[in-house]
Amino acid sequence: MGLRLGLETLAARGVGALSRAAGRGGGTTLPGKLLWKIDPAAVDALAARLPAGVALVSGTNGKTTTTAMAARVLGRDHRLAWNRAGANLLSGIASALVAANGAELGLLEVDEAALPEAIERTRPRAVLLTNLFRDQLDRYGELEVVAERWRGAVERLPDETVLVVNADDPVVADLADGRDRAVRFGLDDVRHARPSLQHAADSKYCLRCGAPYVYEAAYVGHLGDYRCDACGHARPQLDVTAVDIDHVGMHGSRFRVVSGHGEIEVDLALPGLYNVYNALAASALALALDTPPASVAGGLEGFSAAFGRFERIPAGGKRIVMLLVKNPAGANEALRTLETGVPPVLVIALNDAIADGRDVSWIWDVDFEPILPHVERVVASGDRAAELGLRLVYGGLATDRLEVVPGLEAALDRGLELVEAGTELVVLPTYTAMLALRGVLAERGLVRPYWERTT
Amino acid sequence: MRIRVGHLYPEYLNIYADRGNIAVLARRAALRGHELEVSPIGLGDAVEPGAHDLLYVGGGQDREQALVAPDLEEKGEAVRAAVDGGAALLAVCGGYQLLGRGYRGRDGSFMPGAGLFPHETVAGDTRMIGDVLLECELTPGSRQQLAGFENHAGRTVLDDGAEPLGRVVYGFGNDGRSGREGCRVARAVGTYLHGPLLPRNPWLADWLLAQALAHATGAHPPALEPLPDDLEREAFRVSASRARDRGGRG
Repeated sequence: MGLRLGLETLAARGVGALSRAAGRGGGTTLPGKLLWKIDPAAVDALAARLPAGVALVSGTNGKTTTTAMAARVLGRDHRLAWNRAGANLLSGIASALVAANGAELGLLEVDEAALPEAIERTRPRAVLLTNLFRDQLDRYGELEVVAERWRGAVERLPDETVLVVNADDPVVADLADGRDRAVRFGLDDVRHARPSLQHAADSKYCLRCGAPYVYEAAYVGHLGDYRCDACGHARPQLDVTAVDIDHVGMHGSRFRVVSGHGEIEVDLALPGLYNVYNALAASALALALDTPPASVAGGLEGFSAAFGRFERIPAGGKRIVMLLVKNPAGANEALRTLETGVPPVLVIALNDAIADGRDVSWIWDVDFEPILPHVERVVASGDRAAELGLRLVYGGLATDRLEVVPGLEAALDRGLELVEAGTELVVLPTYTAMLALRGVLAERGLVRPYWERTT
Repeated sequence: MRIRVGHLYPEYLNIYADRGNIAVLARRAALRGHELEVSPIGLGDAVEPGAHDLLYVGGGQDREQALVAPDLEEKGEAVRAAVDGGAALLAVCGGYQLLGRGYRGRDGSFMPGAGLFPHETVAGDTRMIGDVLLECELTPGSRQQLAGFENHAGRTVLDDGAEPLGRVVYGFGNDGRSGREGCRVARAVGTYLHGPLLPRNPWLADWLLAQALAHATGAHPPALEPLPDDLEREAFRVSASRARDRGGRG
């Protein structure tokens, strides 16, 4: 380490400790922000020092969970520089690199819009791209805008970088088209296919000719086994495949990952098919980084939840289950996992801060309709509680089953009051609502603040 | 009474939760004893003037919009005839642009539109994004406010003498300069406002329903029985306050 870089990182670490000591939250981005400000090129130098290189993870949905899963697996053999709390802009990446003294491998979740610069600066050994869904149009712009930026970034990747892509997403799969060092993963189990594409499915039209894709199986949103009858463009051959997926529900699933490295039995304690995608993506990345299959299975085995994503929190003889929702595709999958046993009470919290998306129209693209006839009570909360309430009423919820409680803490308490002892309260918050609710739970000593969490 | 709605390109133009607008129309019609019958009108399907009391065109991502644009241009004459015949119409965002005379790209290319609204849209290099508050007077003497969210790069310039949907109180509006938002031709309105537009602006939903009923019956637009709308009012209030918080225009 050069003297200047050494002093800068030392100073930045000091700021992180100070920020935590001052109780200003996790201090997860403050030191990085400082370093990023005084010397952006320090990120390049810090990344270049990692002996096992850097792996980047990006995509609309599941990147925090996927990265956390990969950390469980890769952390067995490597000391990691990992942005665990999901601070995924360049400043957060700088912080993770600063904080991880003596790390060998960088494992970095990257915001979709920040990916080109992250690639440029970290010169990654592997890049994992999970999916692209419409998300916070006010912030990211249209899906095609993000895709175009990714195309440019991928073109500039060094030849030796392994590009790991979700072959079930036409736009993402296409990024690896013709690339030598590429790994394509996907699902093969038609028993879990949706009868039809969801209302708000993206990327429905052939990238080559514009005709609608025909799906052999659509698994999550537009992810699946697609083919264009007009020009023949189709899902590419899979290198890493999840098969024999069983027991998909609120409490987890089992499946096998088949690849040229052999077979892996995975026993996953997270709900829903979207977490099968996350685990599969993490496996494909780990295998691409030469992790032995047995380590992959072992790492995924004990995985419980990433920050704010499906945490089960005990609260006075009841449990709170938080499922983060932030865009139509993610919310649809969260709701789909509830379909197997709709809970009697739901708290849904909609905020509209920048991190949530200021434009709340996305809630109308969420398929609430199938669960609404089965819930007894919904507490709508957050800064846009009334808007959410309207969405539910127009979706068929009887007005006497709806309570609009904008205050998050009050809504949480109301929800807890409504569920019986020994049962679970399911809470579906947007990002800043999730942070605020965790804050409430931390104050009550029910969860630890995130900067104190271990894996 | 049956209200026949033609929903143009629901498979392509649905980016800003356009089904929310349809859901609002359907429920508010049902609560007054009317039935909304929604039929999709896709690529290659003909628009038959007189066959629909209300036409709806939503917004799409650029790629989807480009896929439907030539088809909508071909339907232009029929759409204009339908509106001339008294049909109501709501077009949001991309649909609003496509129903104008055309769209001029930054490379100078020109994509012709359906020619219903007297305006032309020119691509801009920044997007105009945020909450908007408008003041409208669709019925002379009755001022109403509309709250919504805009997100567009196109600058839409109305012809001289064209009637906007409303005056911009807070936000960018058609072009970020003129202080005008949307466009109205007879019973047709186009706007950049989504959110979706109708849930938090129930008076506009009722105005459209009344115009559609007028087309269906051949009589004057009926006065619709008021609904409680408590949640609607609260959602409007929060949305309007978001627009107000951003201060003056833009």
